[in-house]
Amino acid sequence: MSSVVKSKDRAGIDFGRALKDGVIIGIIAFALLGPLVGLKTDQNMANELILQNRLGLAAILSVIVGVGRFLLSAFVYPWIAARGNRSKAAVTLAELEARARVTRGLSITGLIFLFVYPILIISLFGVQGSIKWVDNYGVQILIYVMLGWGLNIVIGLAGLLDLGYVAFYAVGAYSYALLAINFHLSFWVLLPVAGILAAFWGIILGFPVLRLRGDYLAIVTLAFGEIIRLVLINWKDFSGGSAGISSIPKVTMFGIYSFDVSAPNNFAKAFHLAASSAYYKVFLYYLILLLALLTAFITIRLRRLPIGRAWEALREDEVACRSLGINTTNTKLTAFAIGAMFGGFAGSFFAARQGFVSPESFIFMESAVIVAIVVLGGMGSMIGVALAAVAMIGGTELLRELDFLKLVFGKDFNPDQYRMLLFGLAMVIIMVWKPRGFVSARQPTAFLFKRKTVSGDLVKEGHG
Amino acid sequence: MEVFVQQVINGITIGSLYGLIAIGYTMVFGIIGMVNFAHGDVFMVSAFFALIFLLVLTSWFGIASMTLALILVMVVAMVLTGLLVWAIERIAYAPLRGSFRLAPLISAIGMSIVLSNFIQVAQGPRNKPIPPVTRDVYTLWEGASGYPVNISLKQIIIWVVTALLLAAFWYVVQKTALGRAQRACEQDRKMASLLGINVDRTISLTFVIGAALAAVAGTMFLMYYGVVVFSDGFTPGVKAFTAAVLGGIGSLPGAVLGGLLIGLIETLWGQYVSADYQNVAAFSILVIVLIFMPQGLLGRPEVEKV
Repeated sequence: MSSVVKSKDRAGIDFGRALKDGVIIGIIAFALLGPLVGLKTDQNMANELILQNRLGLAAILSVIVGVGRFLLSAFVYPWIAARGNRSKAAVTLAELEARARVTRGLSITGLIFLFVYPILIISLFGVQGSIKWVDNYGVQILIYVMLGWGLNIVIGLAGLLDLGYVAFYAVGAYSYALLAINFHLSFWVLLPVAGILAAFWGIILGFPVLRLRGDYLAIVTLAFGEIIRLVLINWKDFSGGSAGISSIPKVTMFGIYSFDVSAPNNFAKAFHLAASSAYYKVFLYYLILLLALLTAFITIRLRRLPIGRAWEALREDEVACRSLGINTTNTKLTAFAIGAMFGGFAGSFFAARQGFVSPESFIFMESAVIVAIVVLGGMGSMIGVALAAVAMIGGTELLRELDFLKLVFGKDFNPDQYRMLLFGLAMVIIMVWKPRGFVSARQPTAFLFKRKTVSGDLVKEGHG
Repeated sequence: MEVFVQQVINGITIGSLYGLIAIGYTMVFGIIGMVNFAHGDVFMVSAFFALIFLLVLTSWFGIASMTLALILVMVVAMVLTGLLVWAIERIAYAPLRGSFRLAPLISAIGMSIVLSNFIQVAQGPRNKPIPPVTRDVYTLWEGASGYPVNISLKQIIIWVVTALLLAAFWYVVQKTALGRAQRACEQDRKMASLLGINVDRTISLTFVIGAALAAVAGTMFLMYYGVVVFSDGFTPGVKAFTAAVLGGIGSLPGAVLGGLLIGLIETLWGQYVSADYQNVAAFSILVIVLIFMPQGLLGRPEVEKV
């Protein structure tokens, strides 16, 4: 029943054992799913709770779980065990380097694709038809790529688990919203301001807590994130409470062209184009793409600086770091502040894009999603984080499109409900299956004679 | 004065629930040094188990006696929640022993998301209200201003059940072989396994015991507030974790003490300072305690070893 593969001989497939496993797991699954899925509580007309019997569905699910377990025990585990014995020795340095080359090729191709993406979409779907693809997929995914890369500095490089990253995102968003509305400043002035304010908050929050150990730090950052959200809800004079702030000004094209329909220098009018919000979306797409690439560029450059090396050293072993004379507090604080700054940039972009901010956008789940992206991407790998963001955000956006599922599961089936469930499952499965994430290679930034890539599995992380 | 006493009574009631949940956090942390982030959601799921079985008993079997129903529901919720957590531990935590340090925490966060969203999908996103189990209220005394100090039967039930359960739990930890094994594992896991203790099993049972206590808290939460919703795990979970940290994580009496203190602080803060910022108060306590007193009230200071 244990999901850990036992090291005993697996020459023959033990069908009896697998069958027993499957049956037991199926029974357990039914004991749990029976009440939770099989007996749905519903309110009737008199507002009383009644039970709706769906035990059949629960039974089907339990049988699926049991059969899955049987297949795992009978085929997958023996196969993994057999493969594990062979492949352990087979991973050579050359192979790892080849993998790194593939990664590099992939990132260049990806970059080119990202730049031509809106053009491609407009030529495929027309100006009006492009809005969905550029906005829902392009901009949405890129925001998370940027947030993932920002948080990657904190989690992936410095090894500090920050569960309250969304607080800095909120600081950025509210900074832009409030300053733009009350002082009529432009996005381009407020973008750096929002970043600085977020970094400032990062330092304020980071200063007292960074002496804490990893899991404590995680919980304290979570608490801070919640405190900021609760203050935003309750301090109504300042933030508008849970109603939020609406009609936040749009981004202008450096003050030359505006995307407001009523403005005299409207972009579409100036170029004698048909009025459409698609131009604004394309502009936002390139804006967030550049912001994300800025994040990536700065991260890559920082990694080559002493501070970046200190981050990675800190991640691997804090005690050794301290004994080698690195000021761990300052090192952590810079990671925290720089990560927060990018969160602030992304936040002000978010506010400008939505035109509306409310505390609802900055719940803990949002932090958890960003953490999930960083973790699934392999904590430290830029391309891994980007791929994870595409897979998770794009994948869940795609779920909305899957109308044919309604034919299979009935009219009431709403794939969107399963979004976070799948997110959580992916987090657990990836952790169990590949604790180092999708792309787990470690590339040392400082090296002797030649660059060697080390598999993440070979690195043991210390306390941090 | 009457208001104060009334709020203390309410605070102790909520605090008992926090204490019961906090024990699960503190035991797991003590034995494998992991923050079981999903514990709050386990608590929420247990409340749903209780809700569903309460409905089964009352509407299908027509049990009229609420006392009997409550006891049955509590037992069923304990068993099923224990089973659930045992399965979670096997699937999501056990394979990660000896992996890098943040892996179990991240896996637990994933599990927490899975549990709350699973309930949302399976049971629907709405509040689930039940008719009040009992309406009995006793007036202790009436103040000069005519403000009565009340204690409800529900509150008495919560106090009594918590006290009984803590006594039983204390007996298990102090006097039984399982408790000895747990304490041995807490001190030195490797040595304990050399001495023939089944460490894996002990850890699983620790999770299960914590879950059973959370299930009792979940049942009583349902009974006390009369409503439960899929997102109810997060805030009580964080507050109970705060309680565990305040009392000194790893210390069992500390968890109960911390729970009572958090309950009292929260209700008194809500009464005298600001009801809006009630949760902010609880979260702030967590931050302040962790920064200035990471070992908590009854905990041992942690020594970092290389």
